[in-house]
Amino acid sequence: MATEFHNLQELRHSASLANKVFLQRDYSDGTTCRFQTKFPSELESRIERPLFEDTVKRLNTYYAEAEKMGGQSYLEGCLACATAYLIFLCMETRYEKVLKKIGRYIQEQNEKIYAPRGLLITDPIERGMRVIEISIYEDRGSSGSCSGSSSTSGSSAR
Amino acid sequence: MYLGLDEPVRECQYNQICTRNSLPMETLGHKKKKIPRRKWQVFPGRNRFYCNGRVMMARQTGVFYLTLVLIMVTSGLFFAFDCPFLASNLTPAIPVIGGVLFFFVLGMLFRASFSDPGVLPRATPDEAADLERQIGAANGPSGPGYRPPPRTREVVINGQTVKLKYCFTCKIFRPPRASHCSLCDNCVERFDHHCPWVGNCVGKRNYRFFYLFILSLSFLTVFIFAFVITHVILRSNRTGFLSALKDSPASVLEVLVCFFSVWSILGLSGFHTYLISSNQTTNEDIKGSWSNKRAKDNYNPYSYGNILTNCCAALCGPLPPSLIDRRGFIQSDTPQPVSHSNGSSMYASTQLHTHMAAATPLLHSNSVMIGGGGPPFPGKSSLVVPCASLAPSQPSLPSMPGLSCAGDMLTLRDPDTHCHHHHFASPEETPSPSGPMPLTLPCAAHMTHGGHIHPAQLYDPASQDSLHEDSVRGLVKLSSV
Repeated sequence: MATEFHNLQELRHSASLANKVFLQRDYSDGTTCRFQTKFPSELESRIERPLFEDTVKRLNTYYAEAEKMGGQSYLEGCLACATAYLIFLCMETRYEKVLKKIGRYIQEQNEKIYAPRGLLITDPIERGMRVIEISIYEDRGSSGSCSGSSSTSGSSAR
Repeated sequence: MYLGLDEPVRECQYNQICTRNSLPMETLGHKKKKIPRRKWQVFPGRNRFYCNGRVMMARQTGVFYLTLVLIMVTSGLFFAFDCPFLASNLTPAIPVIGGVLFFFVLGMLFRASFSDPGVLPRATPDEAADLERQIGAANGPSGPGYRPPPRTREVVINGQTVKLKYCFTCKIFRPPRASHCSLCDNCVERFDHHCPWVGNCVGKRNYRFFYLFILSLSFLTVFIFAFVITHVILRSNRTGFLSALKDSPASVLEVLVCFFSVWSILGLSGFHTYLISSNQTTNEDIKGSWSNKRAKDNYNPYSYGNILTNCCAALCGPLPPSLIDRRGFIQSDTPQPVSHSNGSSMYASTQLHTHMAAATPLLHSNSVMIGGGGPPFPGKSSLVVPCASLAPSQPSLPSMPGLSCAGDMLTLRDPDTHCHHHHFASPEETPSPSGPMPLTLPCAAHMTHGGHIHPAQLYDPASQDSLHEDSVRGLVKLSSV
């Protein structure tokens, strides 16, 4: 395998950014938030496909949960309307709660799975929910040569 | 292990990733501390922000104040002149209901006017570059004078083919139902229309407030109209019509205002009720996107099929949060979006933090390099050469990225250094040589603004070493262009 990092801290302090991969939105289901699960070719050497797809699918599930229209969201909407939306000064919306959950999930995934492989997922909310940005890092001492492709530069690391 | 290559010993090993959340506060020569700025201050759209980013409106707000004045004056006159009579002669519930309606109308108006309609933040330079690459690959090579065809993507939603257009200003493919508002210069999700009466765009996040505003306003208008007429009639039964009018002159004004408003507002409420029940936006209805006249099998793919679900979805559905984080502080390592518009010159200090792949080869060499090994100093595509390569001789620059940017621009004019810098062509004009050729090009155009804002109080040779890494980090960000 290419570059190995042991934890997120190490990744952030001793690595240099080689490339970024962007997973675009999948609009085939309408305007609800879903991301494409197509496995990018740049990650082929860095992470196993099932792990990656699992992460993206899980994120899609969370977003679907946030935007789900059911009894709870209607209740929240009607209550909010009845209080002239002042109730949101006290409590946060269901969407915001789920977004926090997503943030924690991404953090956990980064720590456990992605950082050890030299990758970092950026929370889509920081990119306006347009893309999931995955940064690919190289050990900085290894990329004396042009690191156009992550797979080749990894091999020159040692 | 790191230096096993044939390069001379590198003096600088720099971290390209700055994970410190707080802005470094080195203030070489600055008398006062630099206050970290909030994102709304560098927002690229044509919006106005008040209350330190809490309130967001369009640039032209004159008509909004007119709306406010009309509502408040009419309601005020009603409460002052008509309500006492009505409360004592009919029932005190009238002013109470009127009051509730009035406050609800104002609340909804403020909510619709002041909130983010669902603005899509512009693409970061990395994303824009990635998209350009994909589009370039799809279109094939083109000559310098060739104007590429409009960029669209097709997606099938619920059986209907929907075209996603590429927004040249925001550098994104617009999601379905999003549209770019030319007045506010933003892409807005589920764009309905730009309402001058409300002083804001109406989009995904504030559509329900807008609808509730016009609905409640139509109730209020009808309410006031009806009760003012009642008041005048009751008075004229006692004292005669003309003396009734003389006793309460405000009623005439109220009746006039309400009479002319009720047609338009009731009509608008009815129209939007129809739109909600069929889950369309004003934009789509005007263009006839889903009408049967366009094609026989044309239907609205977003409709849920029944009116009740459509209404519930529009009014009671989950409210997505704002994507633009107006009040967040600008992080030193946050990529800021590229701005093409005549945006603020305040961009200077925030444009630098792009981690482009092209940066990596630049960093690990002592020689002056531009781009990914392309021809040096090509005519149009040019980069600010990292002064990091000249680091040993170069005094340190402050770690404030904006300052270092400006500092670079100013110091690079020194003929002793081998830095070169050019003004950038816009990304569309610049042929992209290879790989991730940066789209942070407009950054440099703004850098000169930054240069004016931050004069070069940048050199402190005494603390060169200690600040070297920081400065280089700033330069690295700069050089990533």
